[in-house]
Order: sequence, then structure tokens, then C-alpha cells
Amino acid sequence: MQKLPNSSLKRILPITLFGLSLLPLTANAESAEEKGLAIAIKADQLDTGWGDQTADLKMVLRNRHGQESTREIRSRTLEVEGDGDKSLSIFDDPRDVKGTAFLSFTHATKPDDQWLYLPALKRVKRISSNNKSGPFMGSEFAYEDITSQEVEKYTYKYLRDEDLDGRPTFVLERYPAYKHSGYTRLVTWLDKEMYQPLKMEFYDRKESLLKTLVSSDYKQYQGKFWRPGKMSMINHQTKKSTDLFWSNYRFKTGLTDRDFDRNSLKRAR
Amino acid sequence: MPAKWIALATAAQRAQRFHDIVFLRVPCVASGPFIAGMARSYGNVMNRLTTLCLTVLLWPGSIALAGEWSGYLSGEYRYFPVEASDPRQHGNNLSFSAQPEYYHEWDDGRQSITVVPFARWNQGDNKRSHADIRELNWLKASDNWELRIGIGKVYWGVTESQHLVDIINQTDFVENLDGEDKLGQPMIQLALIRDWGSVDLFVLPGFRERTFAGANGRPRFQPRVDTGLTQYESSREQRNIDYAARWSHYIGDWDFGLSYFHGTSRDPTLLPILNTGGKLVIAPRYEIIDQFSLDLQATLGDWLWKLEAIHRSGQGNRNYAAATGGFEYTIIGLFGSSYDLGLIAETLWDERGENAPTLFDNDTMIGVRFTLNDADSSELLLGLVIDNNDQSRMLSIEGSRRIGQRWKLSIDARAFANTQKNSLLYGFRDDDYLQLEIARYF
Repeated sequence: MQKLPNSSLKRILPITLFGLSLLPLTANAESAEEKGLAIAIKADQLDTGWGDQTADLKMVLRNRHGQESTREIRSRTLEVEGDGDKSLSIFDDPRDVKGTAFLSFTHATKPDDQWLYLPALKRVKRISSNNKSGPFMGSEFAYEDITSQEVEKYTYKYLRDEDLDGRPTFVLERYPAYKHSGYTRLVTWLDKEMYQPLKMEFYDRKESLLKTLVSSDYKQYQGKFWRPGKMSMINHQTKKSTDLFWSNYRFKTGLTDRDFDRNSLKRAR
Repeated sequence: MPAKWIALATAAQRAQRFHDIVFLRVPCVASGPFIAGMARSYGNVMNRLTTLCLTVLLWPGSIALAGEWSGYLSGEYRYFPVEASDPRQHGNNLSFSAQPEYYHEWDDGRQSITVVPFARWNQGDNKRSHADIRELNWLKASDNWELRIGIGKVYWGVTESQHLVDIINQTDFVENLDGEDKLGQPMIQLALIRDWGSVDLFVLPGFRERTFAGANGRPRFQPRVDTGLTQYESSREQRNIDYAARWSHYIGDWDFGLSYFHGTSRDPTLLPILNTGGKLVIAPRYEIIDQFSLDLQATLGDWLWKLEAIHRSGQGNRNYAAATGGFEYTIIGLFGSSYDLGLIAETLWDERGENAPTLFDNDTMIGVRFTLNDADSSELLLGLVIDNNDQSRMLSIEGSRRIGQRWKLSIDARAFANTQKNSLLYGFRDDDYLQLEIARYF
């Protein structure tokens, strides 16, 4: 009986955030949409407070014949309270794009601000963030797959509980609430312990299955934050695939807004 | 892994080591004569920088090994389908270039040095065979300021058809007509970073002359530019010290920069004169100018709206204004694919009209940018500049794609049509060319 108030508090707390009208509802009376949103908010809360993060990313692109090409990117991210995160990606490989850097200020509801630095010309170019559905670096990951996933960017629907490879998950459906998405819906298998996605299915504008993402090799950092070591995306329509290998995750490294401005973009290495 | 691939990988590793060895030496040993040649024209500043270059690069062990090397080697072939207007000019032309880059940082990334030498060998025109130090600078970055000292490169501007506002670095005009290749500029740059934007202050000791094709070169102006007859307004000539300041910021969807420059104009006035042999040539004359400029871009969804405007005094006998403005509209995911198609239109205007020593006094540029967003980063840019007065036209095509992990193939073409006798473009009338370039990055 000692534990009961605590666990029910955990369930109610996210719900109170939606407004007073939801208070009288019990967990059982939630609609599928409310439950989906509650789970999304909890996942967001559990992943709050990491401050800043750096990581190395290796991308392996495979075409339908199995030919591979690789990308190496260093990523720096700054958590922004009350808005989307700021991120800076620096390209190391292929060598012809070495030194190219991409600065993005994500926003929950309005379009993101994005700049690209082209080292050959030393030119900082503001670019349109409308290209959400476009391939990132020629990979099977679209820009919208790799940018910060704010709660407000989607609407939600809880579908069912399901075991995936022996792990209990919530199966949720997400619907992009921002413009220019390439998707009508995303089905997400969210691990019940980590509140992190194990698998996602992306449905295109014609409602057909476009891609499947499997995230694995999760590790916990700072005793709190779960990050995947590998993310494998398969495009069912083109038979191309991309694997992302994440390494050297570091948190609270002391990055500030100053490390995410147009000056730092120019000298990013 | 099949044996063939292993053999290739070993060969690649060997090649990599070869590059490492070669390029540790190239900047200081092989390009020594080039540097010495440039040092003569630069005077003391350059001599000191050369010494610094040699010291840094030949420093036993520590620094040279701690940093990282990158860069490229490139081979280029230009095909000229039409016979040259001047029999001295070359035909089809082969050229090789190299641009290694050395970078080393310390102090938790707050201090760094960058060294970027460049050298080109060109078959048909010895003026295009040249070397330059694109960069050789020390950078210190603090919380709210950055200081850069040495030879550097700075880009200002937003438009595609020409780069009016971009004034810090001299154009390396023998490299390409598009004005995007620049010579290294000695500078002290202090950037002050505030909530209301960034203020950049420049002291620019030492002027770089624009490079022009030699008598044998193509494409070139007719009559040719004789850089041996260069004139300066300042009695200090290349030793004149120039100053510049810039405020840049963004508010919402609007990015802008306001700049001021005082010093030797980067674009010369072109004076037709008789040389000692009694032949008509063009002498470049560099005047002291004051220039205010604005560059502005509004990023509104699929539309980028761009404007560059300058007001200049001191060149010729009148003050004048010039501007370039237009848009780039991108169709994202053309016909449900992952291809992007950008449609570009810009208008180019110069108050001096037909007398302007520029190719573009009252012109319209239309362009198409085709981006495949594929693993090979394939892209193609077509641009057509049409003179609104005399209907002369300049077509340019720039395409490129990566091959494998380390190679890049580029195709460039320039074509000139309907050029009128009184325009600068007339010199290029027989200089249409198609260029194939293959570069190895390391």
C-alpha cells in the first residue's frame, strides 16, 4: 500500500499537464489519443535534463545491390527548455564534404531555423527547413527522422501493448502535426522500461509502408538517459538501407548557446 | 572481403601514406620557389608569414604530427570547340592542381592554426600556373569574441549570379570566371559576438592583385590585361592598409549584413592603353574606394529572397550604386521522387550602365539547380545571364558527383553568345569551353 500513491501519482502527473479538464478522468477512462499523448509526455520527461550531448556517428548506406558508402559525422546538441533543441553536425567523411557543417534550431510548432556552412567558399547559407522529407546525406533517413522529436510535433494514439523480441512495449501511432512531412503516420514500439523506441514503421503519403527503423544496443548514461548504439533503417520501396552507428556519447560537456551560433558554425571542425 | 577489394584497400592505404608524405613537404619544399616569388610581391608581411609557415610546418615532431591533414589533388581538361580569336591563345588544355590543408587545434578547441597552400600547373597559359597561400592563420575563440591573425578567407553575400558584396578577398580570376575562387588575404580580424549580432572588424595589410589570363590564356579579355602595367591610386601600392567592418545578424526568417570597406578596390578599372611594343592592352588600375553594402536573405518556406546592394565612391569620377536581387524557389521532391529542383532568377544592375567595368550592368540571370539527394551527392546547376540592353548571353553549367568514397567528378561548361563589340564579354566570344575535372580527396 505504501507504493500505491507514488505509482498513481506517476500516471496522473503527465495528465495534469494537459489542463484541469482532464483531472477527473481516471487512467481507465482515457481515450486512446489521451493515453498515447500521456506516454509521449512521459517519454519526453524521462529524457529531460541532459543539458548537452556530443556523439560520433557513422552512417553506412547500402543500395539495392549491397554496395556501401559511409559517412562520418560528429554531432553536438544543446537542450533548450521550452523550445526545440539546438544541434550542430560536422561532416568528416566523405572527404569532399569534410568541414561542411549543419546548424539547426528546432522549434516545437514553427518551422526550424537551419544554416549550412560550405567550407570551400567559407559561405554560411541559410536554408529552407521545408525539406523535411528529403534524404539526409543521401541516406534513408529523412531530415525529419533525425531532428529533435518534440512532443508537440505529433498527435498520438495508443494502439496496444505488445511484446517485441521478449520486451514489453507500448505500440503507439504518431501523426505529424508539422507541415511538409513525408509521412501520414508512424507506428512506434516504445519499450516500457526505457521509454525509447525499439522499432518504428513509417507510412508514406499514399498510406503504404515506406520504411522500418530498428533501434538497438541501448545503453544508459548518467544513470538516466537511454541512447541507442545502432539504428537500422530499411526502405521497403527502394530496397536501400542505412545503418547508423553511434559512439562516444558524452553528456553535460559544458556547451552553451555560443557553441551553436553562426560564428561557431564557421569554425566548426 | 573478396581478394580484389583487399588489394584495392591496401593500395588505397599505401596511396594515403604517399599523400601524407608528399604533402608534409609540398607546402614548404616544393612550393618554396612559388612562395619566394610571392614574397617579392608581398614585401615584408609575406616574408614574415613565409618564415612562420616554414617554422610551423617543419617544426620537429610535435605540431605537424598533432594536427590533421586533408585536401585534394585534381586533374582538369578543358575542351575549346572553337579556334581562339587571337592565334597566341592555346587550344585544348590540361591542368593539375593541389590544395592540401593542415589544421591543428589546442586549448580545448579554442585556439587553432590552419594552413592551406594551393598550387596549379597549367599547360597552355603560364599565368594560370600559379601558387597561393589560401590560408595561414591563427584563431583564438573566446566566449564573446574571436581573433584571427594571418592569411585568411572571408565570404559575404547571398546571391548566386555574382558576388557584389564579397570584398575582403581578391578574386583568383584565372581559376574560374565565376569569381568564387579567392586569393588569400593577410588580415587581422576581430569578431565581437553579442545578442544583437556579430560585429567583425578587419585590418587588411597588403593588397593582392587580381589574376588575369596571360597572352596565351583562355578565356580572356580582348585585348588582354597586362598585369605588368598595373596602376595604383595609392602611392603605397600593394602595401596600402585597408579596413573593413561588418555587422551581421538574423531576426526570424531574415538574415542580413551591413558592411563598410575603405581601401584598395578589389575590382580594377580596366584602362585600354598602348604598351611599350605599341600594342593595345588593358591596364588594371586599382583605386582607393569607400563602399557601403547590404546583403539580405529572407527564407520564407520554399522561397529564398535575396538582395545584395553596394554604394561605392572613389572609383572613376562619380559615386555609384549597384545591386543584385532575386529569388530561389525550390520544388522539393519533384514528382514524388527525392530530387529537388530549384528555380533561380536574379537581376543584376549597375548605375554606371554600359561604361561599368563589369560584365553585368543591366542583366537578368535565370538558373536551374537540380539536386538528386543521392548517395553520390549528384547535382547540376544551369545558369544563363542575359544582357537586357544588347541581348548578349553567357551560359554556365556546373555538375558534380562523387565516385566511391574519395573521388569527385565535375563537369563545367561556359558558352557565350551574341556578344557585342563594345562589351567586355566580346573578348570571350570564341572561348566557349567544356571542362572535365577529377579530384581525389584525402
